[in-house]
Amino acid sequence: MRIGIDIGSTTVKVVLLDDNDKILHKSYERHFSRVREKAAELLKALTPVCAGKEVQVALTGSAGLGVSKASGLDFVQEVFATAGAVERFYPDTDAVIELGGEDAKIIFFTGGLEERMNGSCAGGTGSFIDQMATLLNITVPELDELSARHEKIYSIASRCGVFAKSDIQPLLNQGARKEDIAASILQAVVDQTVAGLAQGRKIAGRVMFLGGPLFFIKGLRDRFVKTLKLDEEHAVFPEDGDCFVGIGAALYAGNLQPRLFDDVVELLENAMDQTGTVGTLPPLFKSKDDYAEFTARHVQADAPRVDPKDYIGDAYLGIDAGSTTTKLALITSDGKILYSYYAPNLGNPIAVVLEQLKKIHEICGEHIKIKGSGVTGYGEELIKNAFQVDIGLVETVAHFSAARHFNKNVDFILDIGGQDMKCFKIRNGAVDSIMLNEACSSGCGSFVETFAKALGYEVAEFAKLGLFARRAVDLGSRCTVFMNSSVKQAQKDGAGVEDISAGLSISIVKNAIYKVIRAARAEELGENIVVQGGTFLNDAVLRSFERELGMNVVRPAIAGIMGAFGAALAAKDAGVKEPSLIGPDALAAFTHSARPAVCKLCTNRCSLTVNEFAGGRKFISGNRCERGAGKKKKVSLPNLYKYKYDKLRGLAGIAGKRGKIGIPMGLNMYENLPFWHAFFTELGFEVVLSPESNRKIYVMGQYTIPSDTVCYPAKLLHGHIEALLDMGIETIFYPCMPYNFDEGNSDNHYNCPVVAYYPELLAANVDRLHGAKFLMPYFGLHRRKDFIKKAAEYFGGEFNVPEREVRSAAEKAYAAYERYEKDIRDEGERIVKYARERGLPMIVLAGRPYHIDPEINHGIDSMITSFGICVLSEDSVFHHAAGGKFKVLNQWTYHSRLYRAAEYVAGQEDMQLVQLVSFGCGIDAITGDETREILERSGKLYTQLKIDEIYNLGAVKIRIRSLLAASEI
Amino acid sequence: MAELIYDGGGRLLFTKEMKKEYTILMPQMLPIHFTMMKRCFESEGYKMDMLTSNHRGIVDTGLKYVHNDTCYPALLVIGQLIEAVQSGKYDPHKIALIITQTGGGCRASNYIYLLRKALTKAGLEFVPVISLNLSGLDKNPGFKLNLRLLLSLIFAMVYGDIIVLLANQCRPYETKGGVSDEMSEKWMVRLTEEFKSFKNLNAGRFRKNLDLIVADFASIEVLKTPKVRVGIVGEIYVKFAPLGNNNLEDFLLSEDCEPVVPGLLDFIIFKINNRAVDVELYGGNPLKRFVAGLLQKYVENRQRELIAAVKKYPSFRAPGTFESIKEKVAGYLGYGNKMGEGWLLTGEMLELIEDGITDIVCTQPFGCLPNHVVGKGMIRAIKKNHAQSNIVAVDYDPGATRINQENRIKLMLANARMNLERSQKEKDEKKDETGEDMSKNTKGKRFTA
Repeated sequence: MRIGIDIGSTTVKVVLLDDNDKILHKSYERHFSRVREKAAELLKALTPVCAGKEVQVALTGSAGLGVSKASGLDFVQEVFATAGAVERFYPDTDAVIELGGEDAKIIFFTGGLEERMNGSCAGGTGSFIDQMATLLNITVPELDELSARHEKIYSIASRCGVFAKSDIQPLLNQGARKEDIAASILQAVVDQTVAGLAQGRKIAGRVMFLGGPLFFIKGLRDRFVKTLKLDEEHAVFPEDGDCFVGIGAALYAGNLQPRLFDDVVELLENAMDQTGTVGTLPPLFKSKDDYAEFTARHVQADAPRVDPKDYIGDAYLGIDAGSTTTKLALITSDGKILYSYYAPNLGNPIAVVLEQLKKIHEICGEHIKIKGSGVTGYGEELIKNAFQVDIGLVETVAHFSAARHFNKNVDFILDIGGQDMKCFKIRNGAVDSIMLNEACSSGCGSFVETFAKALGYEVAEFAKLGLFARRAVDLGSRCTVFMNSSVKQAQKDGAGVEDISAGLSISIVKNAIYKVIRAARAEELGENIVVQGGTFLNDAVLRSFERELGMNVVRPAIAGIMGAFGAALAAKDAGVKEPSLIGPDALAAFTHSARPAVCKLCTNRCSLTVNEFAGGRKFISGNRCERGAGKKKKVSLPNLYKYKYDKLRGLAGIAGKRGKIGIPMGLNMYENLPFWHAFFTELGFEVVLSPESNRKIYVMGQYTIPSDTVCYPAKLLHGHIEALLDMGIETIFYPCMPYNFDEGNSDNHYNCPVVAYYPELLAANVDRLHGAKFLMPYFGLHRRKDFIKKAAEYFGGEFNVPEREVRSAAEKAYAAYERYEKDIRDEGERIVKYARERGLPMIVLAGRPYHIDPEINHGIDSMITSFGICVLSEDSVFHHAAGGKFKVLNQWTYHSRLYRAAEYVAGQEDMQLVQLVSFGCGIDAITGDETREILERSGKLYTQLKIDEIYNLGAVKIRIRSLLAASEI
Repeated sequence: MAELIYDGGGRLLFTKEMKKEYTILMPQMLPIHFTMMKRCFESEGYKMDMLTSNHRGIVDTGLKYVHNDTCYPALLVIGQLIEAVQSGKYDPHKIALIITQTGGGCRASNYIYLLRKALTKAGLEFVPVISLNLSGLDKNPGFKLNLRLLLSLIFAMVYGDIIVLLANQCRPYETKGGVSDEMSEKWMVRLTEEFKSFKNLNAGRFRKNLDLIVADFASIEVLKTPKVRVGIVGEIYVKFAPLGNNNLEDFLLSEDCEPVVPGLLDFIIFKINNRAVDVELYGGNPLKRFVAGLLQKYVENRQRELIAAVKKYPSFRAPGTFESIKEKVAGYLGYGNKMGEGWLLTGEMLELIEDGITDIVCTQPFGCLPNHVVGKGMIRAIKKNHAQSNIVAVDYDPGATRINQENRIKLMLANARMNLERSQKEKDEKKDETGEDMSKNTKGKRFTA
């Protein structure tokens, strides 16, 4: 008899096979990190059948490796085992997709055996679904059920769990239907698998689906089948799909030495914990006394409270509808707290606020009058509209005013909420700089909470456990997906709940200090540091922060409700004449429903959620511009991004003697198109551009992306190539260009490696290109004479174009490019003039040329103009600054423009610079710091917006509004 | 104590006084090569220390002082250097740091700037940083490469390659543990001793030594049981440095494999060759091309001699020439692909595969820009032309768990072993005509005894 034991990241599966490969027994259970014990327990269940007999045993699975080392039992890699089982039982299978708790795997059988696992950045499929269910406050089966009733699928970033969560969170706060969110979550898993694993191979033929999530979640199966366009015959869900890997291990065991069953049980039971592969950190508190001293110090920072029964007079209400929690504060006119509330919103902020408002009205009775109300947080607009709150304000402002109220001398504030981290440096009572986390660091706060819940603890209880942990584990600080996988690893190494609790707190703090604040020394922060936000209610987090910085900080006792407190203060200061907050009667009759819709007013095709409240009031969310919200179109302000984009898209081809030539609109084509367009048109080619980017184009090319960590602008190109081929284009031109134009005053003038060589990647991965003529010569436009010579050789060879024609076309091309360059600069001048005549502020949106693609910038430019600000681009202003020496090697043309644009903005009163950075652009790790330095030297604020396929602009909006509030431009 | 002197641009210089008083800390990328390099410097009167520390504190220090999205090698190298400065082992006012600097469109060309920024951040702006490069960038009065030193550094790299090449082929099979390492050390000592005299730095002496080295390694007693040979390619730091790749070579040895690591010489020739290619592709000074050509020829000749020496012993696998690797890349990438490891990385994979080493770990720092194209981006095309190839791409990062990396490598190894067993069986079948119990094993099925 053969036994396969599959120990995954969350479950243990044991399979017993007889000599005819028939399954005699199988079991599947969660191990809650007690891997060895659970495996032994499940194995012992076989005692009646196996006792005293000889068996062959193999372990497999991500946690099986450790158990194998500890017990001396044999190990087989899980994907290898799966492939073996499939070959044995379903030999006609073409491809297998297996999803586990942490890993996703794919096996291609037909067309060259290939076995692959997800990249480091795309881990945690099963645990992602678990986390999302916790976020929605439902179980996974409930999520599955809900998804079946979906009407709409929202676009959700599929790069990883953190990014997906960043898209889901705002949907929740905008009132989207849970059914639709559930289905969208499952779709995100599918997209991630297809994009991250297929890597250039089409998943087709008979596809088998394996692993726990695919076995148990019907909705997930449906999404896969639909996405891969499989019919019943080609989508295979084997009966034993949940423990198929175990079967593979049992088959593999057939090669091994038989052992006595009882010996195997003993080996497994006695397996010593292996030496940990995860590092440990010193305890947060050495003794109870240490902790007592610590609490005594922090208890001093209490807020004055008044019993509402003893108070007669005016009051102000603040609501903070945060990403995961809802906070309310009712304050007196002199800032004392009458009532406060802090609790998770359970994915339904409206219900929480409704209930609380009823309660508050009751408390107020006749003796307390609410004279003003303010709301802040992710759910600001929804709550404001639902309950007619007087004012809305951005959370950074709310947090800042609360902290300042608390401590007049505060010079540094750090706020860690559920989704975001925000910090401010204060100088002379004004915000000097704001730092907000980027997508990778989001969700740290709520991660602890969902994690605690998953282990069956309340978050407060869970946090306490960590205080005296002796072996706090080092979980890294990249993001919650990586942390989650480190936690799993630590658990398998025998780390206890307390060690993990402490480790998580430390990781969050490290993430805040080294990734968000970017400070290495306490002196860089300030003398009076205030920390706040729900996450800091956790003493372990607070302690780690103090320890990492090596100094004491102030945590107000109301750390969790500082946003609400700030909103209440703002409501007080606003001097509302006629409070509009709905009263008890309206609350009693309050109803709310939501339905999905798609805005058809422009090509963005925003997914909208239409919220309807009692009395026919409506609130539309999900829109990127004012139009979608049903508001009248205002005069749109000058926007250089739009200007450039329209200009480039307007370059039409003219039918000519040499036929059509296709150009994929991506990366440096957004810079060089005027050049190539003139060049080819002059040569008699009809230039055909690939269509405008959108989500659909991305999805079309997704299956040929070999590296899931490359930037979104590069990924989009795969779709553009497909689109050109679909249009019947037979010749596509996309040159390799390591060098860009030399614009002077820089150390060199490179393109980045991705821009330079992406054509070669496309040629190697997009099979369909073999049927076309794909031209990707190396060209350097920076040496005009040489280029003409080389181009004459090349086009002479490819198309028999005579040299003089190439020469004249090249001259025209250079002239066209120069005209384009001048045109952009002239338009820049015009915008500056327009803005200054009307006293309007300006933002230089500094990115790369390809960031003008609306699918890449997600409409950030028009969002900025909707705030009453004119938008300039880096290439329209950089020539005003000299450039010169920087503290980095200034060797990339686009980045050199960025530095110079920053230099220019630094000298302009009415301008700010916002840097657009694509996720995965390693070069911007260098440019970001340098740009910040240039701006901050002149007292300007630095704002960076990291963009990817993340669709929701919630986080971006906060950043822009914070910039506006802080700079008061 | 040496005075702090700055150049016109505000860069802190390494002065002649410092040469006497300061210890220069250098990172370790290739253990053998860099050890010899260190000794070369020492023979010129520099006080040197090569950092071989390998613990979590390095990453933590890196995360603290370097932008966390910077590539992992920068984080490690800078973290390691700063951690050493802060360790208390040295007087921070009596040390300097040295780091290599290459040009090129990859982020790596910015390491030295990031190191200086990190030092400032750590309050260590008084620590001078020496740039080691051949382009004459960032000169220092106290640090000069004279001809003897320069030649000995070049020879150290070439000798380093042959020692690593031979030791790697002996180590997994040696009958007495540690002999290969002893042999490597013996030669490192002997060679750096020889370098002290100018007259030993010539091609004649080099050829003679090569023969001696190969003969010496060939004398190591080995038991050649069939093992999976695993090629290691990738971004230069994580490919070579044990700190960068979580001791990948040791891991492979513990898995009973023979690691095959293409040497540094090809990379050096590649970088020289790039200069000539630039002129070919985009035009430019033909003299530049000519000089680059001369230099390339010189190093290529040494490489040919190395290969010839190894080939005298058929028991050793000799690497291909730079020229032969370059030829193999045609149809995959253009020779203008020069950032990072450029086309050479793809070329190394092809060279390994065509030499029968079909199982490969392609290492890269998480999010490595050039490797999107030349590493992960080419695997599919390689697989198409070489169905037997079995390549796993592994990302290295401060947050990536080792178990995840090992599990992926294990998957690659599982297939490698299956293929090895099959080919052994086929060989046996051919030898042994009876082969009856082989019939039980259906081909194409993996789990058969």
